[in-house]
This record gives sequence, structure tokens and C-alpha cells, in this order.
Amino acid sequence: MSIRATNILVPVISVILGLLVGAIIMLISGYNPVIGYAALWNGIFGDMYTIGETLRQITPYLLAGLAVAFAFRSGLFNIGVEGQLIVGWFAAAYVGVAVELPKIIHLPLAILAAAAAGALWGFVPGLLKAKFHVHEVIVTIMMNYIALHVTNALIKTVSGGGDRTESIFASASLRSEFFQNLTEFSRLHYGIIIALLMVGVMWFILEKTTLGFELKAVGFNQNASKYAGMNVNKNIILAMVISGAFAGLGGAMEALGTFEYVSSKAGFTGIGFDGIAVALLGMNTPLGVIFGATLFGSLKYGALNMPNAAGIPLEIVEIVIAVIIFFVASGYVIRLFLLRAAKKKEAK
Amino acid sequence: MSFLEVLYFIVPSAIFYAAPLILTAIGGVFSERSGVINIGLEGLMVIGAFVGILFNLFYADTFGNATPWLALVAAMIAALLLSLVHAVASISFRADQTVSGVAINLLAIALAIYLVKKIFGKGQTDFITERFGRYDIPVLSDIPVIGPMFFSSVYNTSILAIAIAILAWFVIYKTPFGLRLRSVGEHPMAADTMGINVARMRYVAVMISGALAGIGGAIYAQTISGDFGHATINGQGFMALAAMIFGKWHPLGAMGAALFFGFAQSLSIVGPSIPYIQDIPNVFLLILPYVLTILALAGFIGRANAPKANGIPYIKGQR
Repeated sequence: MSIRATNILVPVISVILGLLVGAIIMLISGYNPVIGYAALWNGIFGDMYTIGETLRQITPYLLAGLAVAFAFRSGLFNIGVEGQLIVGWFAAAYVGVAVELPKIIHLPLAILAAAAAGALWGFVPGLLKAKFHVHEVIVTIMMNYIALHVTNALIKTVSGGGDRTESIFASASLRSEFFQNLTEFSRLHYGIIIALLMVGVMWFILEKTTLGFELKAVGFNQNASKYAGMNVNKNIILAMVISGAFAGLGGAMEALGTFEYVSSKAGFTGIGFDGIAVALLGMNTPLGVIFGATLFGSLKYGALNMPNAAGIPLEIVEIVIAVIIFFVASGYVIRLFLLRAAKKKEAK
Repeated sequence: MSFLEVLYFIVPSAIFYAAPLILTAIGGVFSERSGVINIGLEGLMVIGAFVGILFNLFYADTFGNATPWLALVAAMIAALLLSLVHAVASISFRADQTVSGVAINLLAIALAIYLVKKIFGKGQTDFITERFGRYDIPVLSDIPVIGPMFFSSVYNTSILAIAIAILAWFVIYKTPFGLRLRSVGEHPMAADTMGINVARMRYVAVMISGALAGIGGAIYAQTISGDFGHATINGQGFMALAAMIFGKWHPLGAMGAALFFGFAQSLSIVGPSIPYIQDIPNVFLLILPYVLTILALAGFIGRANAPKANGIPYIKGQR
């Protein structure tokens, strides 16, 4: 079996195993998995409204997935996407409520603010990695918590002691009447176009620019890249900054599209962590991220229908997602299994 | 409020908040000393907290006073079993240990909330009735100044945590088992050559980390929160991970860091009623442990070196 085929089979098998484990857990706890998954399916594709909402849910996952994947390609593991997304969310909402400008200036400004905030949150671990050789995983985890507490405090200040900001001015909104009419007034917004555009941007950076080539080279082998005259430190920082900017844009989708405000959070949104799964499933390629984000966005939104339609706690889908991540990470075993199966076939 | 009164107020509460962190951080020390990164500590604590609360609610009538302690045992076993999943993935399946840890975290919280909703029909459990008691330690609590600060109305869970930290130091640095554990984390091939079963050592280490994190989670739930919901263990596991790094992968260092983080946590909660501290915006106290950890890692507070083979799966015969 070719390497390419196994590369595609590993995620597919992982997804199937994840759904299987979910079914088993539903069976053990006395639910009917067929009814459960039917509710999930209807929650995703039931009517035009749910399809619109599913697409809306996919939007931030696209950007979170891109953020993780982009860092991965440069040999960096960005667990901080969650925090970068949170600061991006706040920055976009803040620009959205603080000033009122013509749409053509206001909307891009809010989006850029989110990207800049995310980039800043990625810059810190990048800098520490490049200058002090501090492992980015721990720093980004810590940065997540700092982001959570700092934005909560800022929201309190901005809203005068409240738990959420005012709604943003319409001039900063991504809301789309066209999409709303198309999807029975779901909250689907223009953000999906930005997200897909960013998929293109990532592909372009990685495949068509010198910077992309260097980033990938650093990801493959730092020492060889250094020997070839590349500035490894600069590339590490740049990779984290770009990754953070993608994540910040993910936050802008929530701030300017879905919610149009930012509220203080007791815990994480989870979008950033699921971004890890999205990137892994998509094998860290731009096209793969589209598939990964579609899968996770659909599962997440569809799950909301499970308690109502089947009486099953929606956390079952979170369990399925965790199991999928687990098996994708353990790809070695699946590859081994596929290899043995292929050999047996040849022997016959 | 005088300075001494403030100390009487804060020190016991700091130790109280530190107990779960100490246990979980020590668990992390065992795992990472053997060369397995354990970001799943958070998830292991979640399962510990969940099972601890569940056991306490179900068996409080049967076991009475002993319930919280038995709940610790139940939580320990549950988290140990979950840690096996991480062990299988990262040791036998050669998975990326960080990714596997993330999966453990997601799995634990999802599974726990799923079961809570299934059992209680809502997102949160009821409050427990049987809690850990507080004691004045005889003789020691009569010492002037220090006595009331450290030895009066102490939670026995705090004593347990400190005892385990000292025990862990002894095991890791003074026993053959500890020597093997450290050698497996520093240079697994050399250890293998000397006849140490690398995989087995790592399995044991990860299981110890699971057991301790489970106890830590159960203590947190049964002393601090009193019930279980999705925000019960909100980052405590990552805080413990930070304590472990801040303590330079040393059990006593981890304990010290955990005590400090406990101090910071209790400050952010009791701070508003203490002069001077109430003027500091709460957010600075909340982010203090995380900022300090980043600074520690960057070498501003003395270099900390992780075990050399940390995070690298050991593949026999590969050079």
C-alpha cells in the first residue's frame, strides 16, 4: 500500500473507531446509538437552518485548524491557539464597540486587531523558543490561562463592571443578509469566506513563497536549515506569529459574526483545543484542514440536537472527538496494522 | 488587621489550596522523570474529582466519617485506569505524548460530564455532606507564633500531601527504583543495556502519576468545591504541571512551588479583605503562577532542565 493511501486511511479509520467507541458508550449507558447518531445527523443536515448553523460552526474551526497546522509544519506545537483565539475575540469586539466608522474601514480594522492580538500572543512563545530554547508547549499552555484571565478583567473594565460588552456597531459586523435569506435566518456570516481565503493564504505561503520553503525546511531539520544559511530563530518567531494571527482571526469570527459581543468566560471555548484535532486529521495541509474543520464543526453543532431529539447528553460527541485524537496520535499502530493486512494479502 | 493576623489568615489557607497541587505535581514528577510528558494531569484530576464526589454522595450513609478517605481510594483507582490509556498510547503505540495528553484531558471532562448528566439529569452533582475535618495538631499547635500559623485547624489532606512529597523524594533519590526511574528518563538506551525494562518502568511511572493526580483531584473536589461540574477542576492540572516545572522536576521543589501557587490562589480569593492586597487588581494574582512559570522556564529564575529523554518514545534497537 502506498504511503499516500495509508496517510489518508489513518484519519478515516480513526474517525470510524471514534464513532464506534461513542456507539459502545451509548449502548452501555442504555441509549440507542442508532437513534443517537440519527439525531446527530439531523442536527447537522436537518434543514437549511441547521446547515447554515453548521457552516457557521465550521468557520472558527477552519482558522483554529490552520493555526495549529501552520505551526506544526514549522516543527512547532502551538497549544496556545485557544488563548490566541480568546484575545483575538476580545480585540475584535473591542474595536467593534469602541468606535463607529464607515464599514469599509471599521470591519477590516476590527479583523486586523484580532489578527494582531493573536499574533502578539503567538510572538511571546515564539520569542522564548528562539532566544531561550523554552519549549513552546508549556509556554503556550500558560499563555492560554493568562489570556483567559486578562480578557475577563478587560471585559469587566470595558463594560463598567459587567460580564459582557455591548453589541458591536453594525459597521463592524460580518452579518450577511444574503446568507441569512439562503439559510432560513441562521447566523451564517461572511466569515466563512474569510476563513476559506485564509486556507488559500496558508497554501500560498507554504507552497509558493521562500518564507514557506524555509519554514518547512526548519520543520524538517533545524540543523540542516541553519547550515543552509537560514535564520532559524527568525523563522520560529515568524511561524508562531502567523499561527497566532490565524487563531486571532478565529476569534474575530466569533466576535464579529456569530455573537457580535464578547462575554467573560468561566472556562475555555474548546475551539483552540479542537483545532489540534482538526490539524492532525487534516495531516497539517490546507486542504486537509477543510475536511477536519468540516467534520468537527458538524459534530459539534449536530451534537446540540442530541439532548432534545434523543435524550443523550451532547458530551458523547466530545468523547468521540477525544477518541479520534487519541487514535490519530497513535497512527503508528494503525499503520502497523495496515501494513500487516497488506502483507497478508500479498502472501495470498 | 495586623501583619501577624494576616499571616494567620493566609498561611493555613495557602496550605489548604496547595494540597491537591502538591499531589498532582508529584505525580507529574514521576511521569516526566521516566521520560513521559503528562499534559493529561488535568484530565486525571477531573476523573479523580468526579469519582471522589460520586463515591462520597453514594456511600456517605454507609461509611460515615470514613467516606472521604475511601473516596480518595476510589478516585485513585479510576484515575490510574485512565492514565493507562495515556501509557498505552505514548509508550506502546509511540503516540505524540503531548497530543495523547490533550486527548486525555478532553476525554476525561467529556466522560465525567456525560456521566453526571446521565446520573443526575443536570450538569452538576449535588453537594457532598461528608467532608474532611480540620485538626489542631497536639503540642505543635501550642508553639507561639508558628503554632497557630502552621499547626492549628489543619486539614489532614494537607498533611497527607506533604508526607507524600517527602516520601516521593525518598523513593526517587534514595531507592534503586528511583535510580532506574531517572535513568530511563535520561538515557533509556543505556538503561536498557543495563537490563532495565524501559517500557515497564514508564508504565509504572505513568500509573503512579495517574494515582496521585486522582487523589489530588478528589481532595480538591472534597475540600474546596464540594460538588462536581464542568468548571470544578478549571486548570488545576495545568497549575500542577507548572508547579512541577517551577520545582525543576524535583518532588520537594514541586511541593515548594505548589505551596507558592496555593498561596497565590488563596490570595486571589481572600485578598479583597486584606489591606494593601485589596488594592492590587485581582487579575494580577490570578495570572501570577503562569507568568512565573514562563519566567522560570526562560531561565530568569535559575535554569530548569527537563529529563533528557522526556517526550521521546523509546524504540528498541534504534540509535
